[in-house]
Amino acid sequence: MTLPNGLRVLLIPDRSAPVIGVAVVYDVGIRSEPEGRTGFAHLFEHLMFQGSANLEKLAHFRHVQGSGGTFNGSTHFDYTDYYEVLPANALDRALFLEADRMRGPRLTQENLRNQVDVVKEEIRVNVMNRPYGGFPWLRLPPVMFDTFPNAHDGYGSFDDLEAATVADAEEFFAKYYAAGNAVLVVAGDLDLAETTRLVEAHFSDVPARPAPERPSFAEPSLTSERYSTYVDPLAPLPAVAAAWRVPDPIADLAAYLPYVVLAEVLTDGDAARLVERLVLTDRSVTSVGGYVSFMAEPFAVRDPTAFLLQAHLPPGGKPAGVLQAIDEECQRIASDGLMVGELARTQARMGANLLRETDSVLGRALQMAVLEQQRGAPELLGELPSRIGAVTEDAVIKAAASLTPSSRATVELVAGGAR
Amino acid sequence: MIPLPDLGPDRPLKLPKTVERTLPNGLTVIAVRRPSVPLVELRLRMPFARANLARSTVLTHTLFSGTGELSTVELAAELQRVGGGLSAGTDPDRLLIAGSALVSGLDRFLELLAQVLAGATYPTTEVATERARLADHIRVARSQPAHLARAALLKRVYGRHPYAVQTPTPEQVLAVRPASLRALHAERTHPAGATLVLVGDVTPERAIDAAERAFGAWDGAGKQVDLPPAPPVLPGPLTLIDRPGAVQSSIRLALPAVPRTDPDHAALQLANLLFGGYFSSRWVENIREDKGYSYGPHSTIEHSVAGSLLSGAVEVGTEVTAPALLETQYELGRLASLPPDDTELSQARQYALGTLQLGMSTQAGVASLLSLYAGFGLRLDYLAAHAARLAKATREDVAAAAARYLAPTNVVAVVLGDADRVEGPLSALTPLTRVPGAAA
Repeated sequence: MTLPNGLRVLLIPDRSAPVIGVAVVYDVGIRSEPEGRTGFAHLFEHLMFQGSANLEKLAHFRHVQGSGGTFNGSTHFDYTDYYEVLPANALDRALFLEADRMRGPRLTQENLRNQVDVVKEEIRVNVMNRPYGGFPWLRLPPVMFDTFPNAHDGYGSFDDLEAATVADAEEFFAKYYAAGNAVLVVAGDLDLAETTRLVEAHFSDVPARPAPERPSFAEPSLTSERYSTYVDPLAPLPAVAAAWRVPDPIADLAAYLPYVVLAEVLTDGDAARLVERLVLTDRSVTSVGGYVSFMAEPFAVRDPTAFLLQAHLPPGGKPAGVLQAIDEECQRIASDGLMVGELARTQARMGANLLRETDSVLGRALQMAVLEQQRGAPELLGELPSRIGAVTEDAVIKAAASLTPSSRATVELVAGGAR
Repeated sequence: MIPLPDLGPDRPLKLPKTVERTLPNGLTVIAVRRPSVPLVELRLRMPFARANLARSTVLTHTLFSGTGELSTVELAAELQRVGGGLSAGTDPDRLLIAGSALVSGLDRFLELLAQVLAGATYPTTEVATERARLADHIRVARSQPAHLARAALLKRVYGRHPYAVQTPTPEQVLAVRPASLRALHAERTHPAGATLVLVGDVTPERAIDAAERAFGAWDGAGKQVDLPPAPPVLPGPLTLIDRPGAVQSSIRLALPAVPRTDPDHAALQLANLLFGGYFSSRWVENIREDKGYSYGPHSTIEHSVAGSLLSGAVEVGTEVTAPALLETQYELGRLASLPPDDTELSQARQYALGTLQLGMSTQAGVASLLSLYAGFGLRLDYLAAHAARLAKATREDVAAAAARYLAPTNVVAVVLGDADRVEGPLSALTPLTRVPGAAA
């Protein structure tokens, strides 16, 4: 259903356990940040937990956890999510908490400064004080892309974070945190009529603001190879990541899906092509992974995005040889096709993994919220195993053939911490 | 103001129905039907106390490297065909094999695992590959501050007990021979004392019958190996480990704790929540939400077979290392000397009770919980009794537990950071011993 203020709502009953998952997804992410405000979408996500009209600072956390639940939020390239999972008797309360901050968070100078400090510590933990921090999700976009929305550091520079103002936050909220730009999903042990009544009671008076127009972030495909090298002073061993552009995940799902399957054919388990070749036979890497989209969420991202392969190398390992072996394996698929059973077993495992992710009410709520927001098709979640299963060998071969060196963006991590 | 909506009526803790059977070879099989998705989750837990650390670590990475019938690649492919995957891991108490598969492939899934248990071959080439990879992974781990700080804390707390060192060195790993893996496998992977948990879209009887067919012939010989009790946590000067140039300090704390079955456990669990065990705790609200020193402090009670420990971990900016330790000592001291108020306690209690229910709402959650408790001789009915104890624990009980276990005088502390910058400020707060920052 859609409320008069534009909020889209999905209710997904599942009485198998006495718990509920509540997800609110706003159509704003790293790509929407203004220039000079890198990291702002994530900083703003923190500010959404700092109190709202009827809730003091700390109240949100205390009310969720004091109801027996857990909560979090996360910022992605194309969306920002907020969620709770709670015992089913806390439904009314959870909806109140989400509605209150949808009407508006308490944006104060004190809260802003405090959360800038917290976010800086978060970046130190996850990026600056550890080896391989931000590899490759923060390191590849600036190599592959040319425009600010796609290429900039989504965690943000300390200078930009420190320059953020309350006025910036108010403007960001007014523009992007409109009811019409959000999707609410409630999944789990719920009664449809009662939950509908509660959703209307809590969210109907959230002021109607239209969704902002979403600009196109499209960039032309690469016409020549790109390669960038950096030294990670803490890393003891070298690493390399390569990426190629893929078809539009939303507008051309049929052409996009084969890349999602190819990533698993190449890297899922010891029977996968690149694992067998690079890890078990050549011993040129200690691990290799492949996935689609920089945060490895192929069905929660818009165009432009990428197919990625990343590998960690043994001491003294040479990325050039690894890249060449990857090219050879892709060309081998392109020329010889797949082995008997190779595609079917990969699809079986992918189907099982997709099912596993939907076993929790929260996993289901979050994924359906994003599918509704980006595609208007939450039902795709249930259809994905069969859509994946219907990808043909020819389509996978065609995807493999497209992964050429001349359309590749590569980042090489030099081990500055090798001793 | 809109008032906070009340919670609906509390529902009693709903435990999934379990069926248990012990096979003639000694394997205990526990099954639960949860038909939410057409999968089955598997956990096989075997006691592994006193197994050589380097060998058992390499064993977990080579267990699936081939059997008499199947190579590494063939085994992985066969598992994929049934939507399956398996992995193994060890700690000083046990070897745990975990995985899942499509329920339509349950029989084949179990058959493959049984084949591995009966006939893992540890081929020379695969072992050489895997131990080299493992050595590299350990080199990477030893460049990570979280790993180094944790290793230093364990060493400090456990001294000469087997819990003190839980990661082998690269050199130890590279010295492991296939013959020693085969010997360790033959000696220690047996059904006696092991517990197999199956949770998924299958009736328990059918799941157990399938397990009996697959594992009935598994050799039952085995020996019981016990660990000595873990030593008590002995407080002393803070250990400061140098990591020159670090932009953050990693603070790790250890405090005494009691096992799940101890009469103090429920009150201690609540006291830990109040201190640092969840987001709405004093530690988080103070050093993150008020001071902005850290992204996230956290404390937890860790249960091992030979003893329990309350541990705390936080990464803080180098320049605020001493102030963060001061606030940490303050919050421990405040909890140990003043009883909590009723609102704060009931919030923690509700969280403890609610998250019990959340933990049992997925196939993987139920399977992991059942397997974990089985390792301590417990079943899910423990949760009902524990919930009752959580509900009954009074403010006085929690204050007494805090005074006894969380007092700042009990603390063992380790700090990994830029010692030249943090030693002076830290030594104003506590006696300390500075050690060089060689890899742990």
